[in-house]
Amino acid sequence: MGVLVVLVVAVGGFVGAPTRFLVDRFVADRAEADFPLGTFLINISGAFLLGLLTGLDIAGHMPQLVKDLVGVGFCGAYTTFSTWSFETVRLLEEGEVLEALFNAFGSLAVGLVAAGGGIALGLVH
Amino acid sequence: MAAEAGEVTLGKEALDDGRRGALPIDPDRDTGESVEIRRDPRRHRTAQRSILLVIGCAGAVGALARYAVALLLPTPAGHFPWSTFWINITGSLVIGVVLVLLAERFPRARIARPLVVTGFLGAYTTFSTYMVDADLLFRGHDITTGVIYALSSLIAGAAAVFAGIVFARFVIRLDHRLNEQLS
Repeated sequence: MGVLVVLVVAVGGFVGAPTRFLVDRFVADRAEADFPLGTFLINISGAFLLGLLTGLDIAGHMPQLVKDLVGVGFCGAYTTFSTWSFETVRLLEEGEVLEALFNAFGSLAVGLVAAGGGIALGLVH
Repeated sequence: MAAEAGEVTLGKEALDDGRRGALPIDPDRDTGESVEIRRDPRRHRTAQRSILLVIGCAGAVGALARYAVALLLPTPAGHFPWSTFWINITGSLVIGVVLVLLAERFPRARIARPLVVTGFLGAYTTFSTYMVDADLLFRGHDITTGVIYALSSLIAGAAAVFAGIVFARFVIRLDHRLNEQLS
């Protein structure tokens, strides 16, 4: 792998992870519920953005470098699987079964629709 | 580094009385700043900048680690995306271990959560690629593989977090017992 790819993925991760932190806190400060709404919105928006990029890529409108920077670097680091899994287990441990199930399957369903919508939108353009 | 015995709280009691040492629901939320720092606008800003820098650097390393695993385990179109699967499962196992150790054994290690959890593990694991890869399997009419991928990642991820939590709590108990026998 080239030096440029390494740099570009690192820059994407350097921006993506703090963006998640800031968005998560912004949402959490405004939603007083125990439900981890921040992570939910982050993962949905990130899935949509990566879907859009993927659609544009399939349509042939996406330079490799932008894919690595925004797709692999930013979207990959902005969205998170580990925090999402952890939140589901913690909600279960707390006895919040409905919230846990919604966090797990709601994120999955809405995430699939968001990513699919992004892909479809990218393919149109 | 070692916490005093009074600070160590295990399981549900820790959550019920809201003491420090309780496991959070959303681990990306807390900055680890002390109350005094949060009340002082100037020191709060400086602390925020440092936290963002730590998360950014760890995020860069996490993204590169994920990219490296993806290169080592390339997934041909229409096949089960093993690289993202293993990235997400190993990250879930480690987040369980690390968050229990930080909450119940090393509550004073403030930098560890933004560094390891929010920065590295958050960037190493990914939800967006998981969703897009599942959708691409559906679009390619590999419906069964797509459904198996979507559900097995979800279930294995939660099981990995649970295994990590149980393992870390076991190690902490073992450590306590040994300490009592030795001192």
